[in-house]
Amino acid sequence: MLRRYWLILVIMALLTPLGLLAEGTAWGEWGAEDLMAMLGFVPRGIDQAASWWQALLPDYSVKGVGETAGYLISAFVGSALVYLAAITYMKVIARSK
Amino acid sequence: MHIPEGYLSPSTCLTLTGAMLPIWYRASAAARAGLDAARVPFLAMGAVFSFLIMMFNIPIPDGTTAHAAGGVLIAIVLGPWAAVIAVSVALLIQALLFGDGGVLSFGANALNLAFIMPFTGYYIYRLAAGSSPAGSARRLFAAALGAYIGLNLAALATAVQFGIQPLLFTAADGTPLYCPYGLEVAIPAMLIPHLTIAGFAEAAVTALALKYVLKTSPEMLVAARPAAEEETSC
Repeated sequence: MLRRYWLILVIMALLTPLGLLAEGTAWGEWGAEDLMAMLGFVPRGIDQAASWWQALLPDYSVKGVGETAGYLISAFVGSALVYLAAITYMKVIARSK
Repeated sequence: MHIPEGYLSPSTCLTLTGAMLPIWYRASAAARAGLDAARVPFLAMGAVFSFLIMMFNIPIPDGTTAHAAGGVLIAIVLGPWAAVIAVSVALLIQALLFGDGGVLSFGANALNLAFIMPFTGYYIYRLAAGSSPAGSARRLFAAALGAYIGLNLAALATAVQFGIQPLLFTAADGTPLYCPYGLEVAIPAMLIPHLTIAGFAEAAVTALALKYVLKTSPEMLVAARPAAEEETSC
């Protein structure tokens, strides 16, 4: 039974590059350069906070490969980590009973 | 609607994370009591579903993008407390690994997408579905309605958190320190794309996926369990 759902998730992951077709950025999720272009300045808090956390795969991209391949790799790597994190968390809380 | 790093003041992030702490605690207790071992992989797959559906950016005519989030579907299938955990895990990995949503604003994003969305959507679904039979058109419509409203309430909450920043936090010269746009800009900017486009995507995905789950494995639905058991898990 779970196998069917796995198949659906794999198909979803394979189709994620469709999400790249949408151009632009979600409202409120601009980077510093976008804000500079829009406002003429970068709010200080955003400027200071922007670089303290360096995401390994920023914006679902992978260094050295194209946009689509990076997005696909991100979909699979991210899915695996989300699955493991959820299972691990559930195990931890089950043990703390 | 992932609030990036720096768009909310540290005090706002702290407050909203503080609001999430009892919710995460309660969700963990409810999951421990109510989810049997067979449903744990299902919950983790729900988290993966939420993670993946958020990668499908939908173009909005104003040049921005939006996406569905999957929280109401998980709430309907596994219960709203399970949805809190599943969506929170997806948001955490998005923030840590992909920089999608800030690490400091993780609590705020969880409040919007992992609590407000699944809970409001779930109770709207329950209300609209009434006692209609499992696979009925009315129940699927109720799921779609809950998904539509749940996503939009999450968008509204996000907009309010963005919009109060320039009212509360400005530099000495009056320039905003964090999100530069106030409520009058943030609320329509967040709600219009979700009311007109992303909400319908969320509604369609939720109804179709629920129909599939009901057909494939109706026993997985929490509602299929005896009522008494469901009570103890909430």
